[in-house]
Amino acid sequence: MGETRLMKGNEAIAEAAIRAGCDAYFGYPITPQSEIIEYLASQEPHKRTGMVLLQAESELGAINMVYGAAGTGKKAMTSSSSPGISLMQEGLSYMAGSELPCLVVNIVRGGPGLGTIQPSQADYFQATKGGGHGDYKLIVLAPASVQEMSDFVPLAFDLAFKYRNPVMILSDGVIGQMMEKVELFDQMPRATEFDQTWVTTGKTADRERNIHSSLDLDPARFEKHNHHLQEKYKKIIENEVRFEKIQCDDADYVLVAYGSSSRICQKTQKLAREKGIKAGLLRPITLFPFPYEEIEKLANHVKGFLAVELSAGQMVEDVELAVGKKTRIEFYGRIGGMIPTPTEILTVLEEKYLGG
Amino acid sequence: MEVKDIIKEENLVFKKTGLLTDKILSYCPGCGHGVAHRIVMEVIEEMGIAEDTIGIAPVGCSVLAYEFMNIDMQQVPHGRAPATATGIKRCWPDKFVFTYQGDGDLAAIGTSETIHACNRGENITIIFINNGIYGMTGGQMAPTTLPGMKSSTTPYGRDVELMGNPIKMTELVAHLPGTYYISRQAVHTPLSVRRAKKAIQKAFETQKQNKGLSFVEIVSNCNSGWKMTPIQANKWMEENMFPFYPLGDIKVDGKIIDK
Ligand SMILES: Cc1ncc(C[n+]2csc(CCOP(=O)(O)OP(=O)(O)O)c2C)c(N)n1
Ligand code: SF4
Repeated sequence: MGETRLMKGNEAIAEAAIRAGCDAYFGYPITPQSEIIEYLASQEPHKRTGMVLLQAESELGAINMVYGAAGTGKKAMTSSSSPGISLMQEGLSYMAGSELPCLVVNIVRGGPGLGTIQPSQADYFQATKGGGHGDYKLIVLAPASVQEMSDFVPLAFDLAFKYRNPVMILSDGVIGQMMEKVELFDQMPRATEFDQTWVTTGKTADRERNIHSSLDLDPARFEKHNHHLQEKYKKIIENEVRFEKIQCDDADYVLVAYGSSSRICQKTQKLAREKGIKAGLLRPITLFPFPYEEIEKLANHVKGFLAVELSAGQMVEDVELAVGKKTRIEFYGRIGGMIPTPTEILTVLEEKYLGG
Repeated sequence: MEVKDIIKEENLVFKKTGLLTDKILSYCPGCGHGVAHRIVMEVIEEMGIAEDTIGIAPVGCSVLAYEFMNIDMQQVPHGRAPATATGIKRCWPDKFVFTYQGDGDLAAIGTSETIHACNRGENITIIFINNGIYGMTGGQMAPTTLPGMKSSTTPYGRDVELMGNPIKMTELVAHLPGTYYISRQAVHTPLSVRRAKKAIQKAFETQKQNKGLSFVEIVSNCNSGWKMTPIQANKWMEENMFPFYPLGDIKVDGKIIDK
């Protein structure tokens, strides 16, 4: 394996992008993720691997540059934080509609509006339910460590190309800004061959011309195209659900949390066990597709779930969908950039389920 | 002599370029879009660069340009064509990339992308169809609509006190150091078509030589949006559009032409 370094989450994503053989990054600065473009600039990736790096005039510019690069079969990415990701939604909808692969990193901050630069998980709905206009989905990965910030970059590109669909890494200022040990994977080569069945690199005599468009004015044909997209999302649901379970098998109570809140909940879960409370933790790694089935299975034997988020309650709706009326679900969220402590969450668990 | 005796190779005086598909154009009869498509494609054919060219279709009447231009194409969000072209060109610097955009697309919603692509000196070609109106959505005011000109959102004529003055994007971007060749042309007469084609050729030559951004505005008609017959529209264009948007080269070899 590769070298070990102490890095910020944002830096790990940037380094991983170069190592994953990413061809092009286009982005616009915004806190708390500007380290991604700054780190890339410091590395002069055009010298290291030939990767293109361009600071765009806006997030609209950035996502549409990604759209162009992706259309030619290149591994293209961008990163931003909440307000910038809002600006990218039209472009993402076009990319999903015309089935092009890319990686978008959202280092979420508190909203609505300009909100706060403090961490938040309040973009869950936007990320997992479509975000822009039309019936489409992004594949959404939620790293919970700096290691995963690195590891999920090549994974994201693999998924993006496997399904020809945009993939989002949904993280937040906690993971983006914190420093941890990370074992970096070795440099992968940049692609030199492109699947001529769909890339727009110029129509050569030996193939049909390729067109990227999300437009179809014939409703019957367009319905078919939409069904095709839905079939693809179904396949993604069947094949790509990822999650982590910690001591769930004998658990009476299961915490459900992703990303930064799952890190806090790991500690809560330990503290609970130390107190003799049989607690477990289920951490969704893919937010779309969401691990409904696994949660439903757990619902058969646990006394209750506690969904913990840095939001007013978004992922908890998916937990509710999974559990139905099988057992109890409680929610605890901090919002506006506030972060709960492990003991705070433990107290909530005790109050809700054990009568304080 | 029968018709079939006349249709012979040696009698051919015109042949449609193979870089236009056989699809029936979606444009209104008399609209300049069709001629503009043809000369762009003819230039690409004559330069022998079709295998290395990627075109960008905008949002506007020419949204379906990819149905007619027989090359690899990408359709993009309203106004973002120069950004998408940038993304492609940066990854494939040896390919030819061009955008084809209307005035609403390029000079209203896409102003930022246009100016910044020009300013960065992206080695792309922008073909800008200025018909002074939003054709596709039914003839609303565009940023290029002339003072006093009627549109569906300025039914009593554009009041510059309320709506501001029309914007001359072409002159504006000519002042940016990233642009190398800039011209304004028309396609309503055989002579203007020949001139416009020359300008487009020069634009693609500029791209070939990696000199920076090349930009050709085509002042065109929108007879439907203007509520005129094609002949009336062309006459109105000559009398009203050309004085405000004068034809000719604006910047050549990176230098603005003194008039
Ligand atoms: C984001 C967005 N806003 C608005 C529209 C609606 N729309 C479609 S075409 C158009 C105007 C196009 O006018 P222009 O660029 O001048 O091209 P023309 O149709 O005249 O050739 C508008 C406003 C859209 N498709 N997308
Ligand atoms: S509406 Fe205007 S611009 Fe559009 S095709 Fe008709 S004449 Fe041309």
